[in-house]
Amino acid sequence: MIGYIDKIKEISKGLLEEKKVDMIIGFRKGTVPMINEPCVAKTSADVDNFVWDSSCGINLANYLTGRKEKIGIIAKGCDSRNIVNHIIENKINREQLTIIGVPCKGMVDRSKVKALVSSDIEEVIEKEDTMVISGADFEKTVKTSDVISKNCTICMHRNPVIFDELVAEEVDEQKDVNRYEDIDKIEAMDSGEKWNYFEDMFKSCIRCYACRNACPLCYCPTCFVDESKPQWVGKSQDPIDIWTFHFLRAYHCAGRCTDCGACVRACPMDIDVRLLTKKLEKDCFEMFNWEAGLSIDKRPPLDVFNADDPDGFIK
Amino acid sequence: MGIEPGRIHFSWVSSAESTKFVDVVKKVTSEVKALGPNKRFVKKKAKVA
Repeated sequence: MIGYIDKIKEISKGLLEEKKVDMIIGFRKGTVPMINEPCVAKTSADVDNFVWDSSCGINLANYLTGRKEKIGIIAKGCDSRNIVNHIIENKINREQLTIIGVPCKGMVDRSKVKALVSSDIEEVIEKEDTMVISGADFEKTVKTSDVISKNCTICMHRNPVIFDELVAEEVDEQKDVNRYEDIDKIEAMDSGEKWNYFEDMFKSCIRCYACRNACPLCYCPTCFVDESKPQWVGKSQDPIDIWTFHFLRAYHCAGRCTDCGACVRACPMDIDVRLLTKKLEKDCFEMFNWEAGLSIDKRPPLDVFNADDPDGFIK
Repeated sequence: MGIEPGRIHFSWVSSAESTKFVDVVKKVTSEVKALGPNKRFVKKKAKVA
């Protein structure tokens, strides 16, 4: 995947020089290892800062909301699905965009890499299928595919679903993966076990809202947690306030979440907030045969009414 | 999320279905009474001196 960068730069420079776009949203090297940061290039010289490796996990669709310019954007499978969401939800016009599609083999999970070593990682150099991690007193080589994020291991749409240019040949889509293994486990618990499970899961939450800020779906001008008239949810560290935030945010993502994992990557406390949105994604798949962000021609399930919509819960 | 089944009910009752409304209310109250007071998802009030 690291070989993509030359093609990304070539396409980006071409688009800027031909003035087909005003800017290109991509990635540049981050200040700490394994988190590349979003970067806007307005000239071909800016494009030279672009990088591409397995640390480009941030979802770039987040930076499209309400933009008026003509934009080139680099999109993995999940980014492209969130771009589709943005188009469906009128947050950007398809005509404004030139989508540079990147077939993806999964993005790295920093926590998994950090767990392999005992001291601070100072540098990570990525090779074709491996990563060389080094710090003050160690150097270690790991297979990239062993340390990719959980959501990437169960991803069914690695190739962009919508694009104008493609930087490489499409990668094989994964088959025979149990996407809902984690959710099945929670569903099998009784209500007491579930209560304890979530209590344990959210006890380290510091309510920094990084999950919300990283999420391309969370673009409301004023989020319900920031409203004060009325105040929908308390602003304290009370567990019930924390739960209310997480559960309600997840519901706002129902039928929209593409399981890109941006929320989990952004979490400084390593909370697997994906588990909530994944449950809703599973429900949408099972009840409405719906996967978010696959087509700009279909309306999402919560947008339309069908006489045969499942209603077994209404007595 | 860990709320007991039986504590939450959904029903669709027309304004013309008075007997259904009565039945639903009876069923809901009896099932919730059987579960006892709700202890989950209750925010403790701050202690004021």
